[in-house]
Amino acid sequence: MSVESLAVELLSAMTTAGSLFIIAAGLTLVFGAMRIANIAHGSFYMYGAFLVSTIVSSFGGGAFWVSLVAAPLIVATLGMVVEVTVLRRVYDKDHLTQLLATYAVFLILADLAIRFWGAQSRAVPTPAILSGSMRLGAASFPVYDLFVVGAAAAIGLGLWILLRFTLLGWRILAAVEDSEMLAAKGTNVRLLYTMVFGLGALLAGFGGAVVAPLQSIDTGLDANIIVAAFIVVVIGGLGSVAGAAVGAMIVGLFQALGILWTPSWAPAYIYLAMIVVLEIRPSGLFGTAEMA
Amino acid sequence: MLQVDAIHTFYGESHILQGVSLNVKEGEVVVLLGRNGAGKTTTMRSIMSLTPPRHGRIGFVSRDITRYAPYQIARLGLAFVPSGRRVFSSLNVEQNLRLAQRGNREGGSGRTIDYVFRLFPKLAELRTRRAAFLSGGEQQMLKLGSALLADPKLLLLDEPSEGLSPAVVAQLGEWVRKLRDEGISILLSEQNALFALRLADRGYILEKGRVQHEAPARELLDSNEVRTYLGVKFSQSA
Repeated sequence: MSVESLAVELLSAMTTAGSLFIIAAGLTLVFGAMRIANIAHGSFYMYGAFLVSTIVSSFGGGAFWVSLVAAPLIVATLGMVVEVTVLRRVYDKDHLTQLLATYAVFLILADLAIRFWGAQSRAVPTPAILSGSMRLGAASFPVYDLFVVGAAAAIGLGLWILLRFTLLGWRILAAVEDSEMLAAKGTNVRLLYTMVFGLGALLAGFGGAVVAPLQSIDTGLDANIIVAAFIVVVIGGLGSVAGAAVGAMIVGLFQALGILWTPSWAPAYIYLAMIVVLEIRPSGLFGTAEMA
Repeated sequence: MLQVDAIHTFYGESHILQGVSLNVKEGEVVVLLGRNGAGKTTTMRSIMSLTPPRHGRIGFVSRDITRYAPYQIARLGLAFVPSGRRVFSSLNVEQNLRLAQRGNREGGSGRTIDYVFRLFPKLAELRTRRAAFLSGGEQQMLKLGSALLADPKLLLLDEPSEGLSPAVVAQLGEWVRKLRDEGISILLSEQNALFALRLADRGYILEKGRVQHEAPARELLDSNEVRTYLGVKFSQSA
């Protein structure tokens, strides 16, 4: 294989990794803070993509940039409504009840999506400025792939700044560790949870919005993405944002290599990656053994 | 200032506190004594509403706080310092302190992080160290420091001497006196009776979820009955 085609494959792997990271970061934040494995996270992703398609088809291709901001904000609002109406009632319940509750939300949102957007798949054109490809030596990269990688890096940087340098971020970390003590120190943990869930939904919505031009948007997106996102989070370690980044890269690479070597077996590679990692580190790469 | 009226607290079905009543007056240091499992920690958790009582009433600065959420109670000026290593270990010293610092209330003391660093110079040196890597004594400083930044009127200290070396326990006594001198009322629970009674104005003895005895600290120190009852701990710390 030539260096150029390897580079192209690597970039494509990083594109997959980038979009997976944006989604998995939200999933892992929510899991870390509230100990909830949110299946409806995939629905938020799908809604992000659908909302972009609606905004772009109503207002034209120039509205893509607006939709990139608006869609995640709408999804974040939806997420906060879900948190207040459903999840808040199951935080102190067992995992099965929580899982059923988020699965119920997933099913409801899936049906609503069919009602709003129909069963036909939609496409969002790549914005003119990001369409086409860039030549580098003999290789050519799709410009939009670079944009996705850049967006993921920006999200990663943003989350790092949030968790490292802001009071809100420290509160989130403190809640992950000991929400009771955080409450005893005067933080309204309920409100914090709503905000964290909103942030998680925002990230899922943004992930869906960013990849909207890369794929056909239909009502199966939610189920497809949630499995991959969970694998990323499990590989990285539940609750760890850095883990989500590394997990996303591993999954992206395995998928790209799988397609390169044995295309018909490609989907098996990400499960293989998960098995290998969990064999070596049962709590994931950046995970700590079950926190009390 | 704090008025606990016949509270009954349960963990699941087990009836832990069976009608505990106690009070702390402004400027007082009050100690809760009792063996492991007597209900000292549960009393504190009930006051903070971390384990809300099923019956009874808790009043603080002439408000009924029985149904308040923990964060609301904290904002009224009640600070809980739990026992053991409960600091936010993924955050560093300064982040722990800044997290604890509430917007200073009107008429509050206006304590700042610099004030805490003056009180505990060691913390200033360790400012960027993750709390997970602090010694037991340093974590105690951090817990006290962050409680102070919440600008409390009343401090609930749950077994502060637990797991500390004798030298650090002696220091802890100094800190508690200093806080009282700054006008903070203190309710502390202890198994180390000698240490606690030397600090306190008044004491309650808890046994099996009930208050068995209440008396001025001096009296409890001299009482043979109490010495026998808490004998083990007296000899350990004497």
